[in-house]
Amino acid sequence: MKSLRSLAAGIGAFALLLVLWEAYKLLGSPDGFSVHDVRLLPRADDDSMPHVWQIVKRFSEPEISAAGSSSVLVAVIKAAWFSFRVSVAGWIGGVIVGVLLAVLMQRFRTAQDALLPYIVVSQTVPLVAIAPVVVGWGGNLAVFGQPWQPWMSVAVISGYLAFFPVAVGTLRGLNSPQAAQLGLMHSYAASWWQTLIRLRLPASVGYLIPALRLGAAASVIGTIVAEISTGTRGGIGRLIIEYAQSATGDPARPWTAIVGAAGLGLVVASLVSLLDVGLGRFNPAGAR
Amino acid sequence: MTGVPAVALSAVGKTFGAGKPSAVTALTGIDLTVAPGEFVSLIGPSGCGKSTLMRLVADLEQPSAGTISVFGKTAHQARLDQDYGIAFQAAGLLPWRTVRANIELPLEVHGVSRPQRRARAEELLAMVGLSDFAGHRPDQLSGGMQQRVAIARALAERPRLLLMDEPFGALDEMTRERMQGELVRLSAQTGCAVIFVTHSIPEAVYLSNRVVVMSPRPGQISAIVPIALPERTEDTREDPTFFAAVTAVREALRAPQRVGLELT
Repeated sequence: MKSLRSLAAGIGAFALLLVLWEAYKLLGSPDGFSVHDVRLLPRADDDSMPHVWQIVKRFSEPEISAAGSSSVLVAVIKAAWFSFRVSVAGWIGGVIVGVLLAVLMQRFRTAQDALLPYIVVSQTVPLVAIAPVVVGWGGNLAVFGQPWQPWMSVAVISGYLAFFPVAVGTLRGLNSPQAAQLGLMHSYAASWWQTLIRLRLPASVGYLIPALRLGAAASVIGTIVAEISTGTRGGIGRLIIEYAQSATGDPARPWTAIVGAAGLGLVVASLVSLLDVGLGRFNPAGAR
Repeated sequence: MTGVPAVALSAVGKTFGAGKPSAVTALTGIDLTVAPGEFVSLIGPSGCGKSTLMRLVADLEQPSAGTISVFGKTAHQARLDQDYGIAFQAAGLLPWRTVRANIELPLEVHGVSRPQRRARAEELLAMVGLSDFAGHRPDQLSGGMQQRVAIARALAERPRLLLMDEPFGALDEMTRERMQGELVRLSAQTGCAVIFVTHSIPEAVYLSNRVVVMSPRPGQISAIVPIALPERTEDTREDPTFFAAVTAVREALRAPQRVGLELT
């Protein structure tokens, strides 16, 4: 019932977005609105903001005019599927690293004091700055005898963004049990490991679920940005750039790639929500 | 076995933050012996160190002075051997576990096999009258029921000593009296010695063989009041001997203040 309502709300919000888009096209000035040459509102002409149905129609048309070209829809789905797999790889790597870091920081106070500032600082480094570094390192590496693939660089950068909310959220969760519960485990002469498995980890799930969701969003953004800044082919990030270059002659096409990227984000977010269902037992408060 | 006290404290002191200017002496010069099967309550105003005293026996804190022995062993060894069960004011049940799984937790930690855990949990559930709630989650239970689960959990390892830190402190008066009745029955049934920390004079009197009255700053034992009541029933609470004992404990609690007044 609750999920039906939130689905309806989601569809309603999407419809509202389309209505607003068209309403702005109808009412807004084709030249936008500027104060002292600073444009505050975008142009509403067809080149800048194609009609919703033009974008939808563009999906079904061939990607390029050459004979035998597949439709834009196919191209966008292929690219999104590529980016999806890279995001998932980055997200899984980020989650593993994030949880391990959190456990390490919980176990050793020194590790927390030493690592936490760097973990926070790591997120202030611009992605475009680390992208060439990762590509450079990757070029010298081989994984299980296989040469480094370009998508691996993208996944590493995606994981670099995803691990942060997971590490911070999990650490908070691991430290969340009440004093009475910890005292109890101590009175049982439970080892640190037993306390981790039976108390701290289950108690951290309520914090982990929102962290996983944030991590998933971060991994998608990381993938798209990293594809662009490393020049990796095949993904939705690259497609956005390719299509944007043809914006003058084919204004609807760049929007198809953007819609594809948004769709990718939605799919990943809903998949992470499925974890809620599996872990609901540990999350009685229903933290979101 | 006879002759070995359940708990023996000799000249025990506890100072938090020793050596610092902010050091607080929580306890000083505590001598106390609890016999096997004896029910002893610790009572006193906030800050008198009664919870700290219990935590020392539980080896959750280390004493700064004196010696503590539990069944003739160090408190540390007694903890490792699971000689005591413990319950706090917060029931501290794990919300993601069923009532049964909560009771099984200490057994699970100690590697007891699944069928044995099951059987022991059923026994304990019957003992605290919660057999019908085995599959419920803690947040589906009332506060009194949660505390009963916590007591059952404390009894899981068949300890000969039960340490309780204001376990009924958060319950309403009626539930509280019913729980006291159950605890009297449980301690008789299991033959456990009990150290029971409380703020409530009638509670201490109703439950105990002896009431240890403590005074603060620094925490020390100011009096030990033996309670000689006939077998506890609901009528006990209206018995003149009960009121006499309540009065005796109340006066013992006031005594240090009276001394203070006389001095001024």
